[in-house]
Amino acid sequence: MEQILHFFFTYKEPVFIIALSIFLGIEVISNVPAVLHTPLMSGANAISGVIIIGGIILVGHADLSRFSGELVLGVLALIFGTLNVVGGFAVTDRMLEMFKKKKKAN
Amino acid sequence: MNNLIGTFNGLQFSSGDALLELSYLAAALLFVFGLKLLSHPETARRGNLLAAGGMLLAMVTTALLHKNDAGQAIPLANLLVIILAIGVGAVTGWIIALRVQMTAMPQLVSFYNATGGLASALVALLEFPKAQAGDTGSLLVTILGLIIGAVAFSGSMIAYGKLDGKVQDIRVGYLKYVNIILLALTLSVGTFLIFSGETPAGQVGVIWLLFALSLLYGVLFVMPIGGADMPVVISLLNAFTGVAAAMAGYIYHNQAMILGGILVGSAGMILTILMCKAMNRSLLNVIVGAFGGAGQTADHENGIMKEISLSDAAVLLNYSQKVVVIPGYGLAVAQAQHLVHELDQLLESRDVNVRYAIHPVAGRMPGHMNVLLAEADVPYDKLVEMDDINPDMTNIDVAIVIGANDVVNPAAIDDPASPIYGMPIINAHQAKNIIVMKRGAGKGYAGIENFLFFNNKTRMFYGNAKDSIQKLVSEIKSL
Repeated sequence: MEQILHFFFTYKEPVFIIALSIFLGIEVISNVPAVLHTPLMSGANAISGVIIIGGIILVGHADLSRFSGELVLGVLALIFGTLNVVGGFAVTDRMLEMFKKKKKAN
Repeated sequence: MNNLIGTFNGLQFSSGDALLELSYLAAALLFVFGLKLLSHPETARRGNLLAAGGMLLAMVTTALLHKNDAGQAIPLANLLVIILAIGVGAVTGWIIALRVQMTAMPQLVSFYNATGGLASALVALLEFPKAQAGDTGSLLVTILGLIIGAVAFSGSMIAYGKLDGKVQDIRVGYLKYVNIILLALTLSVGTFLIFSGETPAGQVGVIWLLFALSLLYGVLFVMPIGGADMPVVISLLNAFTGVAAAMAGYIYHNQAMILGGILVGSAGMILTILMCKAMNRSLLNVIVGAFGGAGQTADHENGIMKEISLSDAAVLLNYSQKVVVIPGYGLAVAQAQHLVHELDQLLESRDVNVRYAIHPVAGRMPGHMNVLLAEADVPYDKLVEMDDINPDMTNIDVAIVIGANDVVNPAAIDDPASPIYGMPIINAHQAKNIIVMKRGAGKGYAGIENFLFFNNKTRMFYGNAKDSIQKLVSEIKSL
């Protein structure tokens, strides 16, 4: 018990952010109509590519003077993360454009 | 930018540091606002662009303003490497996004999800050796980020392979026990790394072992899950990737990453629950995968399916007032969505009201059918959700079921012995007439007999959906 309380107190800020973010996510998304489920998912998927910030920090401060596994993996993380972000937002936009066009035709 | 402007928690900070954090706040708000707008058809496109703008902002300010613990900014050479890597990823992602067929959307989302999961796992793998021994919080999030990211990666790749028809289901009874043991093993190795108190830098071998175990678990966890359950799995894996990114966010004390990741986790979890509800199954049941082929009820005696001729079908539709199209994945497989729209426009020109009834799990990912019909220029206000169409079903003159099966099976309502009993369905059987377009007299995805087909009001129209609708369109035109 004491250990749990200790852990909570030490990490109270991230715990607060996580708890509130979960609530916020549920509130923001729960009323989405079925028409938008696929674009919502691919758009959200693109946001999860926010991990590239980690990739930028890793590669940004990596030692370039010698070839290291860390550099290679960091660059890979950046490439895959960007693929997720750019591809995700682009394909979501493509889908939503189709929905929009229909609105005018109607 | 580098002039120090104050101290916080004993650390000096510059205006650049403050600006960086401010940009993260802006990015986080753009994510929230973007997602909010994404949930309304009118504003969805703007929402997506706002979220993308938030991401771009966070990327640029990180590259320009981030400093390591020694206070050094990112050197120019590293910046070039970053731009190069981002360029490769961006161009590849962009090209794939522009080329993909809408029917292949579930595969694509799975693939992108896999790349995001892998990126998170790699970041955790590289950050682990830098953690302090005994720093429980950092070790916990790093290990969780690694496990969840790796499972999301390998699981999504298997889902991608299955959706693309490259990987077959493996359904052996003992796999469930193998999975439980593997999961327990993965979690024990993870727990050991968190609480052993050893220096993380000295345990690089163990962290790679954990990476391998997590990858294997991701593969075996998705392997037995059937195609009909794919909407649930894709949603769940999507949530995993978000959580993995949020874990990494803690490592960098980056609130934009934590918030963005958790938002995605919530969105994925909500969709997972919606999909499970639409199939009346628990998440556990989907994961353990005990669907289909199970105990059949005694054969009903009225086992005759009646066919309808082309001209009869054309006349019936032409002189109806209200028609509802109930599309299933068979429609997408036959690439018939454009033709259905042609049929719908033709009927509308003859004063027939045509709407589409969409079951939440129609297609291979949440909302997939809506996207396919939108691609074929069907206005989205003609796409009616299950709960909205069912009360009106008794007033419908003709319900046309195209390539759908289990989602219109009345056994879900009246046969407690049926494996799909309790699943919400579109009440096609309440319409005045039902036309079922089907390739042959076989059973549906779940291998369950569909008593709608034996209903007295039902007429079967056999053939490939594309050919059938084509013929129907020409026949109605000639009336």
